[in-house]
Amino acid sequence: MKQAFARQPESFEFTPDNMETVKTIVAKYPKGCAASAVLPVLDLAQRQNDGWLPRAAMDRTAEILGMPPIRVYEVASFYSMFNLAPIGKYHVQVCTNLPCWLRGSEQVVGICERTLGISVGETTQDGLFTLSEAECLGACVNAPMMQINDDYFEDLDEASTESILLALKMGQKPRPGPQGGRKGSEPAGGLTTLKAIAGKGDGPEAS
Amino acid sequence: MLNDKDRIFTNLYGLSIPGLAGAQARGDWKDSRELLAKGRDWLIEEIKASGLRGRGGAGFSAGMKWSFMPKEIGARPHFLLINADEGEPGTCKDRDILRNEPHKLIEGALLSGFAMGAHTAYIYIRGEFFRETEAVQKAVDEAYAAGLIGPDACGSGWTFDIHLHRGAGAYICGEETALIESLEGRKGQPRLKPPFPANVGLYGCPTTVNNVETIAVVPEILRRGAKWFASLGRPKNTGTKIFCISGHVNRPCNVEEEMGIPLRELIETHAGGVRGGWDNLMAVIPGGSSVPLIPPSICDTVRMDFDSLQEVKTGLGTAAVIVMDKSTDIVRAITRLSKFYKHESCGQCTPCREGTGWMWRVMERLARGNATVEEIDVLEQVTRQVEGHTICALGDAAAWPIQGLIRHFRPELERRIAAFNQAQADKAA
Repeated sequence: MKQAFARQPESFEFTPDNMETVKTIVAKYPKGCAASAVLPVLDLAQRQNDGWLPRAAMDRTAEILGMPPIRVYEVASFYSMFNLAPIGKYHVQVCTNLPCWLRGSEQVVGICERTLGISVGETTQDGLFTLSEAECLGACVNAPMMQINDDYFEDLDEASTESILLALKMGQKPRPGPQGGRKGSEPAGGLTTLKAIAGKGDGPEAS
Repeated sequence: MLNDKDRIFTNLYGLSIPGLAGAQARGDWKDSRELLAKGRDWLIEEIKASGLRGRGGAGFSAGMKWSFMPKEIGARPHFLLINADEGEPGTCKDRDILRNEPHKLIEGALLSGFAMGAHTAYIYIRGEFFRETEAVQKAVDEAYAAGLIGPDACGSGWTFDIHLHRGAGAYICGEETALIESLEGRKGQPRLKPPFPANVGLYGCPTTVNNVETIAVVPEILRRGAKWFASLGRPKNTGTKIFCISGHVNRPCNVEEEMGIPLRELIETHAGGVRGGWDNLMAVIPGGSSVPLIPPSICDTVRMDFDSLQEVKTGLGTAAVIVMDKSTDIVRAITRLSKFYKHESCGQCTPCREGTGWMWRVMERLARGNATVEEIDVLEQVTRQVEGHTICALGDAAAWPIQGLIRHFRPELERRIAAFNQAQADKAA
């Protein structure tokens, strides 16, 4: 069960730009169904507030959407992507479910812990990284993998995991996606299907 | 092996030309208007005749599901919900459709939505698929700009809107009524059925929830005809299917193949074979984490379709093939799945909320051998008490992998218990 953070800010207000975005989001749903917007609006609030949701942001969301605050708290605590306490600038989530585990997710967690100097569930002292284990993130044929904020890093091994984290530490932007030679979910080392169709776009040539 | 000309997802890997132009070059949006002109009844009958079964796991006839929607549009609008909350461990096929074939999904949404009388579709995409949502949004924008969807979709006179809705991290929202609850702005807790969504769904209106892959294959079936689709695969298990092959294979991949392809052929042709050779195989989970594993003796000959897999007491599920070689700690593997179901239980029904935690704790002990042989039977009984006693199928999904383990690997469980007890006795002596 997620616990609310002890030191809460007094108030929360969406930026004028985000307030416009809220209106666009609410407009996707029929009249009188503004509560449907609760997930995207909470997500927006969380992005505005450095990755976590203070009580005031949930209250403001409830007010805008015409929901009782308790309904918003309930949603915020139910879904795993909402953080009710401050979190590192980079949220490193390593999938440890079965397909990733079979291909070495334990080693990926291990190298994350060693590189960042923290254990799973902790945040580095400089506030840069939080390390978590995640349930299946849906990239199983590119296992093992991790998600850092909005990006997936796939086909990991210890060396590539370490270099991704070090790059982030140095303020660089590591390339997301598979870290080996693959573009996506095709078999490594040569296509078994669609050989004639591939190679006409931006991907690697079929071998 | 399926011929490339019979493959639907020709840009499955994103190696071809992206965007609307690329999709149209591959045949998407060709004669959509003519297809719509054939009318609702024709569309539904054609999908029924194709034998298309839902690609989200349950395998229910898609055409049949659509025909449950009210014939006439009354005071309550009809909704099409597309389930892109992909999260069944082992499964990553919808992700490829979202990022590489979004126009197949959008065209399929229009044709299916029209068939069931829906002017609005929501695509519920798991929150973690942020980049995939961007890709679909881009394609939706392209489709609006080209007049393919919107106030007069493809010049058909039918108004059709598509909205994307991102989830926020909850496996259970892949269950259709939990998805509806979530879309209405609540915790994703499944609803009791009946009433079924076709009568009382989103906002109390007639609703059909279909998986991404189910909707995305619709345009191609309608274009090439039900007969073509039904000629692929096997009776009652027709067409093609995207398989996700993960775990201990030499080249894990997604691939579209014919339904009913032998499991061994699938793995050896497309995934480079089992690591260390076929004889190094310990077990396969053939349809995503929720279905029971099968041992090599079954893997040797089984075909990958709904009915063939059901005959050997497992299932096609999402067609996510998780391969485990002889180096696998099989009890640990299933224990990891038990932990997953404990984490994902929504907490609504007691047998699941309490049962998933209880089963996981026993599995943790069994993995170490710290149990008695009788407890294997107790565990098996508890899985039977969870199975079928909950609102949704998550309870079943938590029970089946354990049942599969006990069915095929009981000697291994007993060996561990004996070894643990021996070690304890040695220590005491």
